[in-house]
Amino acid sequence: MIATALMISCAGLVHAGQKEPYHIGCAFAITGGASWLGEPERNTAEMVAEQINEAGGINGRELVLHIEDTQGSNTRAVNAIKKLIKKENVCAIIGPSRSGTSLAAIPVVQQAEVPMLSCAAAASITNPPEQRKWIFKMGQNDSDAARRIYEHMNQNGIEKVGILTGTTGFGDAGRTQLETLKDEYGIEIVADETYAPGDTDMTAQLIRIRNSGAQAVINWSIVPAQSIVPKNMDQLRMDIPLYQSHGFANIKYAEAAGKAAEGSIFPAGRIMAAKTVPADHPQKEILMSYKEAYESRFDDQVTTFGGHAYDAMHIIARALEKVGDNPEKIRDAIEGMEFVGIGGVFKFTENDHCGLDKTAFEMMTVKDGKFVVLD
Amino acid sequence: MEAGLTTDMLQFLFMGIQRGAIYAMVAMGFNMIYNATGIINFAQGEFVVLGGLMMVSMTMALNLSLVFAFLLSVVFVTVVGILMERLTINPVRRPTVLRLIIITIAVSILLKGAAMCFWGKGSHYMRHFTDAPPLEIMGAYILPQTLWIIGMLALVVIGYVAFFNYTMTGKCMRACAINRDAARLAGINDRRMVMLSFALSAAIGAIAGIIITPIIQMDYARGALLGLKGFGAAVMGGLGNSMGAVVAGLLLGIIEAGSGGYISSHYMDAIALVIMLGVLFVRPGGLFGSSEMVRLKEF
Repeated sequence: MIATALMISCAGLVHAGQKEPYHIGCAFAITGGASWLGEPERNTAEMVAEQINEAGGINGRELVLHIEDTQGSNTRAVNAIKKLIKKENVCAIIGPSRSGTSLAAIPVVQQAEVPMLSCAAAASITNPPEQRKWIFKMGQNDSDAARRIYEHMNQNGIEKVGILTGTTGFGDAGRTQLETLKDEYGIEIVADETYAPGDTDMTAQLIRIRNSGAQAVINWSIVPAQSIVPKNMDQLRMDIPLYQSHGFANIKYAEAAGKAAEGSIFPAGRIMAAKTVPADHPQKEILMSYKEAYESRFDDQVTTFGGHAYDAMHIIARALEKVGDNPEKIRDAIEGMEFVGIGGVFKFTENDHCGLDKTAFEMMTVKDGKFVVLD
Repeated sequence: MEAGLTTDMLQFLFMGIQRGAIYAMVAMGFNMIYNATGIINFAQGEFVVLGGLMMVSMTMALNLSLVFAFLLSVVFVTVVGILMERLTINPVRRPTVLRLIIITIAVSILLKGAAMCFWGKGSHYMRHFTDAPPLEIMGAYILPQTLWIIGMLALVVIGYVAFFNYTMTGKCMRACAINRDAARLAGINDRRMVMLSFALSAAIGAIAGIIITPIIQMDYARGALLGLKGFGAAVMGGLGNSMGAVVAGLLLGIIEAGSGGYISSHYMDAIALVIMLGVLFVRPGGLFGSSEMVRLKEF
């Protein structure tokens, strides 16, 4: 197992160095198939810890991160969490990165009674609330993304849609949400198609959607293959609107689809278009400061996923400042907390350990190869 | 409605040919090495990936012209193929089929890892060869890139036939494939032929990778799936029979596209695989292989 236990020691902390530091555990999918989640999460967590320590730590005490690599696998995630709890004695855990690994870690965390702030999105991570006392979630709900898409369709008089989803966990969850919510918004799904992550051409699926009389297409996936869909639509001269999921919120996908992606509509966290968020929006300041700090340091673009780690670090830091490093007190402190973060404006309550609603998503579009907020 | 049906059918056919052409080329690469050594080269998919990624770097990052980048990428992957044979296949003292196959698996993991380190984990895209809008044929649309793919497949097939039928080296390779001991007795350097087969199969793989990348985007991990589909085509066409592989590859692509379009995209791959299994039940030697020959072969 490639485990990196990282000690962040800071030269400028001569005075604070005397006191026992706060230990925080991180379990991210740094390598493996979901490394595009874990890598920005690790980078962000390290960056935030460094920033906090440089500013003198919390209550005069340093933050020490213990980072484990789950490789996106359930077994490794559970082992990593056990190690963090038993060996490193951490007071809170950030991660895991994926929905599957987060769900696998829940029984261990519930038993050990240490708060865990998952960076994944599945609604079942924090539901049912009575069995998720110690679990919080940073990712926006899939269902809220589906709601935003359907709302936008209602406003534009679209009633019949063809859905095209990836056959991964993300795509499948999206398909379920679109199915469940359709009646609430009076939407009819006239075609239901899927594609595998390795597929090279979605023409067949799109022709079926075209022939079904759909007024719009929803493309719900998180793998690179999704950028073939706009290209194929362009190729088939289909001029009905294309909606995509928040899984499209990666500028590389828009680049890959080129001009075919222009004008497609999708919900995403505001970090993806931080520059075009109105200046008076409560999140504006934090979005810009994270974006600038991350991009100047890592020579890479910010992602929603790194934002989850950013939010988790600051939520824990805030709790530590208030109640110290007693896991139970930290949990209680988070439960009543309101926090303006990257993912949205969090309001944690006893029954809502996600704390975000559909306002966490903003409808966006692609304009001149860039993500902009749709007005 | 009648016109709509033909249009759809034509569209599925175009899509199937585009998919199938790649399977066909990967299958030809498998056969080339199979004929020379009797083994399946599991690094075949990696040749495709390397060709595609190299082409991306050459055109998008270094801004080389298409022709130059194309040649350079093919040469690069060919060299990788030669090195693979010289460094890992040639030195084996008692080359049993199983041993060699396991070596190719190791090489495929190695190449995949190297590609990940060099090109990163993201997926890479490049411009289409011709920046023209899709052509309309009877209401169906075909990408200029698909025409490139079909043209390139035709060139590879013509080159293949010419090489094996009209050049001395090609004839020597065929002799080795038919009976290696007899070929050696006739003075053919069989080890050199093995090396040549790796070089050629790497080159074909690279060409497949280069022409498909503008359509599918390339990432380091794509090799396994491309290899698997190509292998399916090779088996279906009769292992060792390259013209069979071309037909089977195209057929596999068209079956996939048709089942995706007419039955269900959820079961597209499954239907293609079931039909392939069906073919092998009826004709264990593949569509164009003879079952007697299969019994004589080691693998």
